[in-house]
Amino acid sequence: MFAALRESRSGLRPNDFETPALETWIGRVDGLEHEPVTGGLDEFDCRNNRLARLGLRQDGFEDAVAQARERYGAHRIAVLIGTSTSGVHETELAYRRRDRSTGALPPDLRYRYSQNIFSVADFVRRYLELKGPAATISTACSSSAKVFASAYRLIEAGFADAAVVGGVDSLCLTTLYGFGSLELLSRAPCRPCDVERDGISIGEAAGFVLLERADSGAGKIALLGYGESSDGYHMSAPHPEGAGVHLAVMQALFRAGLAPDAIDYINLHGTATPANDRAEDAALHRVFGNTIPCSSTKGWTGHTLGAAGVTEAIISALCLERSWVPGTLNTRALDPSLRSRIVLTGEQHPLRHVLSNSFGFGGNNCSLVLGMRA
Amino acid sequence: MTEVYVDGVGLIGPGLPDWGTAREVLRGEREHEPAHLPRPDAGMLPANERRRAANSVRWALAAAQEAVGASSYRADEVATVFATSDGDGETLHHLCEALASPQREVSPTRFHNSVHNAAAGYWSIAAGSQHPSTSLCGYDATFAAGLIEAASQVWSERAAMLLVAYDLPFPPPLFAVRPIAEPFAVALVLVPEPRPGTLACCRITARRGSSACAPFPAALRGELASNPAAWSLPLLALIARERRDAVRLPYLDGCQLIVEPVAWR
Repeated sequence: MFAALRESRSGLRPNDFETPALETWIGRVDGLEHEPVTGGLDEFDCRNNRLARLGLRQDGFEDAVAQARERYGAHRIAVLIGTSTSGVHETELAYRRRDRSTGALPPDLRYRYSQNIFSVADFVRRYLELKGPAATISTACSSSAKVFASAYRLIEAGFADAAVVGGVDSLCLTTLYGFGSLELLSRAPCRPCDVERDGISIGEAAGFVLLERADSGAGKIALLGYGESSDGYHMSAPHPEGAGVHLAVMQALFRAGLAPDAIDYINLHGTATPANDRAEDAALHRVFGNTIPCSSTKGWTGHTLGAAGVTEAIISALCLERSWVPGTLNTRALDPSLRSRIVLTGEQHPLRHVLSNSFGFGGNNCSLVLGMRA
Repeated sequence: MTEVYVDGVGLIGPGLPDWGTAREVLRGEREHEPAHLPRPDAGMLPANERRRAANSVRWALAAAQEAVGASSYRADEVATVFATSDGDGETLHHLCEALASPQREVSPTRFHNSVHNAAAGYWSIAAGSQHPSTSLCGYDATFAAGLIEAASQVWSERAAMLLVAYDLPFPPPLFAVRPIAEPFAVALVLVPEPRPGTLACCRITARRGSSACAPFPAALRGELASNPAAWSLPLLALIARERRDAVRLPYLDGCQLIVEPVAWR
């Protein structure tokens, strides 16, 4: 991931998912079609859980969880995963195979283990052999930022000593055609904050983080604050001045005990829809003026929806560790009406504190503050 | 272990039009007579949203409105947790049907109604609330998962929380893969300190183990137990009868959730 950030290598490509009738670009993970979930968890087999398993196998994560299991006990580690559409693609495909006379779905549809929203947290919990509290959080595109806040509280309230948090969302027709119906799909690779931006590129991703108390964990990165809010404005359009976003950012700063000028980099939600980038910019400019470097990394990953929060939290952590402010890939001409300090090209720069934003349908906002551990 | 106070209850289900009726049924003072309920009118929604809101949203908001009305808080003063196993089945059915057709033409309203946090979004618009909102799912453990999320927010944020749990029967053909037979929605206002109208104090503990959960209240007829949200009723039965037993809610393999009304005044 970090090499791709440094080298400005995008993961986006022209839509080739399933029967690609839509002219748009997507971030697609290769090979999922050929890697079924097998063994004792084969009933969970679906694109979303295949992607989850692939994510769990990266970067020594399973080993880190195994060590935590030793330290805390399996029943003291919670699992909170964000997703927006879980394994709905299985149901989409099953609807093409309905019985012609009765309309019945094919008997091989395992709804509970694919489409139901809990499926992914259930799968992760079983795959990692954890026995603590668990849930899937599903607040559209803020889902896997919210898991950090919820996990923090579960630990604070004593329901767990540690938590596996994450986000998994996979390509499906519901989101491709749904965002298409709202005319929010870009025809080209998405261009966040560009004057000619025309919508999102949908991506798929799985990301996981092990959260522990600062006094017992070994991690280098700390979750310093989180802020959550609702717009209370519209189901699918952001509040024009980003009122809810402003509130989430302020609460994240407050919980972190930081003044705005202590933030060194802001990873924008930056979806590249005209309305999102405008509203987010308005809210951030109110707090930070034009002094803090901001960028959207969705030109690399696409908008990974329910996985966007954790994807960008992990990007933020990588940037903290390696002192890197990423640029905004694909964006050529900044929208002159945006007033924040949006950076287009990456640069080496020491970072102490990073803010990462995630917003979802239903006006659901979440901001995280991450920092190097003291 | 975490303690939270129950400051308001609302619910709606067949033969259980409100908490007052349910309380009498659960106390054994009244027969449960399941009857078809008309679609809740969702009167708190602005006209545009009322036209667009799916049935599951109307049920969730009906319970939520009753609970908040009975509490010492206004709708715009509470943060929310919306817990549903399956969201809105009508919406899912229409989307999947459209996506299986050659044109794949999806209604934008159906698409935004399909998000798991649809009810939460409509609620925040109706309530004019900017408070945090979390929507979640735990399949058959959805009520317990919502309770643990809400309780941990009450405990660590010292905030007043509205917990809403709801599910409606799926239409065919989806009903066959998730046979929830009866609709039910429940809402609890949970707070960190007792208020004048507080009904109970609940101690909530997650513990290792997998023993059987509480029996479903015998006073309730029909197939309510097929609805994950209705698994709030073993707890509500204790509250209605002012009993102090511990109740074990359906939760997860290897993990129990125990709720115990305790003395508080």
